[in-house]
Parts: sequence; structure tokens; C-alpha cells
Amino acid sequence: MMGRFGQIVSRDLHLAVKQGMDSFMVVMFFVLAVVLFPLGVGPEANILARIAAGVIWVAALLASMLSLERLFQADYEDGSLELLSLAPFPLEAVVLAKVCAHWLTTGLPLLVAAPLLAVLMHMNADGFIVLAAALALGTASLSLIGAVGAALILGSRRGGVLLSLLILPLYIPVLIFGVSAVDAAVGGFPMKAQFLILGGFLLGALPLCPWASAAALRQALE
Amino acid sequence: MESILKFLQMGGYAAYVWPCFILTAAVLVAMLVSSMRFMKKSENILKSLQGDDKETDGEA
Amino acid sequence: MLHRFANPKRFMRLSGLLLPWMAGLAIALVAAGLFMGLIVAPADYQQGDSARIMYVHVPNAWMAMFCYTAMAVASAVSLIWKHPLADLAAKSSAPIGAAFTFLALFTGSLWGKPMWGTWWVWDARLTSVLVLFFLYLGYMALYNAFDDPTRGSKAAAILALVGFVNVPIIKFSVDWWNTLHQPASVIKMSGPAIDASMLWPLLLMAFGFKFLYLWILFLRMRGEINTNKIRMIRLRQIHGQAG
Repeated sequence: MMGRFGQIVSRDLHLAVKQGMDSFMVVMFFVLAVVLFPLGVGPEANILARIAAGVIWVAALLASMLSLERLFQADYEDGSLELLSLAPFPLEAVVLAKVCAHWLTTGLPLLVAAPLLAVLMHMNADGFIVLAAALALGTASLSLIGAVGAALILGSRRGGVLLSLLILPLYIPVLIFGVSAVDAAVGGFPMKAQFLILGGFLLGALPLCPWASAAALRQALE
Repeated sequence: MESILKFLQMGGYAAYVWPCFILTAAVLVAMLVSSMRFMKKSENILKSLQGDDKETDGEA
Repeated sequence: MLHRFANPKRFMRLSGLLLPWMAGLAIALVAAGLFMGLIVAPADYQQGDSARIMYVHVPNAWMAMFCYTAMAVASAVSLIWKHPLADLAAKSSAPIGAAFTFLALFTGSLWGKPMWGTWWVWDARLTSVLVLFFLYLGYMALYNAFDDPTRGSKAAAILALVGFVNVPIIKFSVDWWNTLHQPASVIKMSGPAIDASMLWPLLLMAFGFKFLYLWILFLRMRGEINTNKIRMIRLRQIHGQAG
């Protein structure tokens, strides 16, 4: 069972590495989106520091959405998704495996790029580690929630934009608590509650999102 | 007359109060009317199709 | 109980009988509510006559939530029991709910201007309603994004349930966020315990809106059932000509 799981993860990773551009483009978008803010808002350090956590989180949200559309698309189109659904291996686990691969190629690079961007935004150094930790929890949840959206839009018209409309409202709780954690760290306030809640979101999403995604995939394959 | 004016003025808040009520009425009535037309239109098309159907294949 | 209404023909007959009642009740209750709210009820001690906006704003907001709940329940019934009319009920509820949500936002904004001095305030309630509006729009967009209407209805049903689970989470998050950023004055829109003279028009409007919803819902569902019949007849005609 674990072997099968690992197989799917490594297959997706292989495909991602072969294409290579996906992770790179997601990180580039992340960086560009954040860089636009000082250019738009002005270089004043204290203003940038004030909005840094929010800007980085929103940009991370948008960037992690970019590669979601293709999470199931290729497999759906060439028939491998149907084969996977017929195999004795549960479809929910297939979703989880694909989400893992997605996070490794999208969420993880964002995590790595985030502290750099925090420097650009004049974020107080107290916030860096917390930013990375909160993003780790948050991007995992984002990948899970995004998978549901990606499954729902299979075979639809204008899938990409529609996906954004569907899942951005669902991202809002993660955004609120993620930013709050970083702001609390920078301000010297307690942040245990925020992390507990972010962890709670992830724990809740881990069983629920694959379940919902699998249901949506089965609808798409009918 | 004076009390009607007072009513319309809504204690000075007329510019806020009346648009609320008017817009609510407008949107809900528009929704109602469009739903009625949707239903009527579908009924008409259905009737004409069922008329055709009866003519072409002769079964009820 | 639900199975008795599963038959579209029976629904058409039942809804046809009930329509004039829904209409009559809606008109009567709303008229009574407006009369009481605009004329009989006293102006608020603090807010003056601007508080009368409450008689449309609060019912709009309640209906926004109610319609989403109805949509979610209908979606669940459609997915779990494959009830043939449930997905039509969900589909028909969405635009009605979206309209109420839009009105809740608009009237809330107009109420906020004299109260807080700005057209938009990121208070927990308005912000949550704004997000609810996006959930409605997303549902309607997804439903109509597929060439196959069955696929659209099923995908949208899943989305409605996912969204429904999220509504309390979003509300909780926005509440948290709001108290974090506005610790000082948390102005409650409906104020402290509401006086009976104000409660009555509010309840009349609320119930009137519910019957208005049912009225419009039945109209739209009848239209959808007809549309489905039309599609089937046309398909049959094409097959008849081909075969």
C-alpha cells in the first residue's frame, strides 16, 4: 500500500522534474508578485514592513493556485486517471499522493523563497522563522483545498479562471491565521493559537479534501 | 401634507433609507418577473413541441 | 416523505396549487412589515430613522444565509439519494440567494455610512457576507461551466457542500480577524435587546421574504422541469429523424 503511494508520488515528481518549468515558474510568479508591491506602494520601509506578512501570504496563495489546474488534467485527458480509479488502490489515496507531489514541487519552493522576500519587504527578522513555519502548514492546506477545486473543474470550460473563483474564498481562513501568526511574532505577541488553528485546518483537510476530491473525480469519470 | 413630508425625509436620513428599500424592491421584483417569464417561455415552447410531437408520431 | 415529491408531474401539480398561496402570503407579509416598519415603529433612540434600514437589511442577510443552507441541503439530497428534483431546487435557489446577498451588502453599506461615516467597513458581518457572495457566484459559474448539465449539477452540488462546511470556518476566521484589527469599538448592527415594536416588522419582513423565496423557487423549478422535458423531446425528435 505504501509502495503504491510512493509510486504515485514519485511518478508525479518525475513528470514535474522532467517538465522542470512548473516549480520555477511558480516561484518566479511568487517573487514577481511580491516585488510589485514596493513598486506600487512606495519604498518606505515601515509601510512595507507593516504589509509584508499579508503581501507575502497573498502572493503565496496566488502562486500555489497556478499549478493546480494541471493536477489532474493530464491524467484525465490521457485516460490514466480512469485506470487509477479502477485499480484496487483507493482513489482518495491517489489524490493524497498527487497532492504530496504538488506540495513538494510548489509549496516547498515557496517556503524556501519566502524569507528572501521577507527581507525585500523589510520584515522584522523576528518573523522569518514563523513565516516559514506558518507557510509550511498553510501551503499544505492550500494544496489539499486546491485539489478539490482541481477535481471539480475537470472537463469544464475556462477551467483555470473558474478554479481561482472557486477556491480563493476557501483559502481565506488559512490566509487570516497565517498572516496573524507572522504579525504576532513580529509584534512580540503570543502566536500559539494561530498555529494550533493552522494545524487544525491541516488535520481537518487531510481526510476531508481527498474524500471530496475523489467524489468529484468519480463524477468527472462517469 | 406636512406629515407626509416628514415621513419622506426620514429624519434627515432619506438619502440612505429610501435607496435601500427601493433597491430591495427593484431587485426582488426583477427576480420575480424574470422567473415568471422563464417559466412562461418554457411552458410555451413545451406546448408547441408537444403539439408537433402529437402530429408527427401520432402517439400521446 | 421526500419520495412522494420525487415525481416531477406531482411537483408540477403541487407547485401549481401552492403558487398563488406563496404569492399571496409573500405580498401580504411584506406589505404588513413595510407598513409597520416604516410608519408604525418608532425611530431608534441613537440612530434615528436610519435604523429603519434594518427592516430590509437584516431580512436580506437572513435570507442570504437561508438560501445557501437550502442549496446545501438540496445538494446533499441530490448527491446521497439522487432525488431528481433536488438538484433543480439547488440550482434555482442560487440566483435568489445571490440577489439577497447583494442586497444585504448594499443595504449594509448604506446603513453603515450614517452610522460609521464610511461606505464600506470591514466588520465581521459585512466581510462574511461578501465572502458568501463569492461562494454563490462560484457555485453558479461552476454549474454553468459544463456542456453536460448533469456533470454541472453534480460538480456544483459537491462545491455547495464544501462551501457550506466552510461558511462557519470563514465566519469564525473573519470574526477573529476583525476583533484583532478593531479592538476598540465593536458596534453591533442590531443593537442590544430589540424592542417588540421593532421586532414585529422585522419578523413580518423575514417571513414575507421566505414566502417570496418559495414563490420564486417554485417558478424557477417549474421552468427547469419544462426545460428538461423540452430537451428530452428534442433529443427524441433528432433520434426519430435519424433512425
